[in-house]
Amino acid sequence: MSYRIVHYINQFYAGIGGEEKADVAPEVREGVVGPGMALKAALGSEAEIVATVVCGDSYFASNIEKATAGILEMMKKYKPDAVIAGPAFNAGRYGTACGGVCEAVVKNLNIPAVSGMFPENPGVEMYKKSFYIVETPDSAAGMRAAVPAMAKLVLKLLRGEKIGTPAEEGYIERGIRKNKFYDKLAAERAVDMFTAKLKGEPFVTEYPMPVFDRVAPNPAVKDMKNAVIALVTSGGICPKGNPDHIEASSASKFGEYDITSVMDLTAEAYCTAHGGYDATYADQDADRVLPVDVLRDMEKEGVFKKLHNKFYTTVGNGTAVASAKKFATEIASRLKADGVTAVILTST
Amino acid sequence: MVKEIERAGLPVVHVCTIVPISLTVGANRIVPAVAIPYPLGDPSRTMSEEKEIRRHLVEKALKALQTEVSEQTVFTD
Repeated sequence: MSYRIVHYINQFYAGIGGEEKADVAPEVREGVVGPGMALKAALGSEAEIVATVVCGDSYFASNIEKATAGILEMMKKYKPDAVIAGPAFNAGRYGTACGGVCEAVVKNLNIPAVSGMFPENPGVEMYKKSFYIVETPDSAAGMRAAVPAMAKLVLKLLRGEKIGTPAEEGYIERGIRKNKFYDKLAAERAVDMFTAKLKGEPFVTEYPMPVFDRVAPNPAVKDMKNAVIALVTSGGICPKGNPDHIEASSASKFGEYDITSVMDLTAEAYCTAHGGYDATYADQDADRVLPVDVLRDMEKEGVFKKLHNKFYTTVGNGTAVASAKKFATEIASRLKADGVTAVILTST
Repeated sequence: MVKEIERAGLPVVHVCTIVPISLTVGANRIVPAVAIPYPLGDPSRTMSEEKEIRRHLVEKALKALQTEVSEQTVFTD
């Protein structure tokens, strides 16, 4: 008898549609769908994908608890021995959904779960401690590498075999420490590493330090009446036609646009460059993402002194963390030079 | 991006739909928004109702900016 696996994928990989269909509720289908085909081949005869649960990425993100509970119920009916989700590559909402589903599976069904993500996917930081996430490239071009690695790991887990280190197995480090016996004493190993370091030779630490990058909150704005408020967005709002050609995904730049005397973002003058959500609503009225109209009203009423005459925009869709960091550092220095008091940053 | 703006010394509020992601990236002042394709709107309402929703969220954002926080804080109603 082969192991029973339920596969979780999003609306895109199920062929339902792109962003315009991202709000579809969970549904279950018998057998394999989309990337399940490749997974089936990689699993061989040892395990069978008995069902596939599909859910829209936006639906999941907007109804996390309800969606998770519903998906779990659908999965239970198929009596799975394990669950595979994704791979989600660098798709943020999909990664978050895969993570949420797998965490719930491990906790509530007590069976193994495996997903695959690019290390910068926010789902990794959120869920890597809860289950195994295989490291994948950032886009679906990496499907061929991701699928066999995920299949291999899930089979090992199903057989109850010992799981090796993240480097050996290809999963993302979970922050679990294990005791291990060495022939050499710790002091000797430390000196070996130290001498390697002095010689400029490579060495591997036995205890990597976790990286915590947190910034303490700045003090609150005390005098709002005299404050200059600036708008920044990762939602891609830009003048119609996207004059600076900000990329729809993996943005390499940000835009700075003057809104002096702009009271309202109209469909004639503004749109979104973002390729990671359904653009219909932002193209109709960009204030839905960048609330210029309301801020102008409040400026007039004297709630604060001034809406900064420039806004900054980029596309947060598979954009490298390093790029986002670079953009924001530059944006912040321009805002400070212009005497801005505080920032409202909107994300889609 | 939120974190880098904060690091530069500017108080910043993140108005966003997926709060868990905002918490993960390290935003300190978070105002939950309406939905992914329209964080500050709702196309199922009339334009004036939408603007009220937007006004309410922006007021919450400004209130968040005027509130001292010592750790990550989600400003709900």
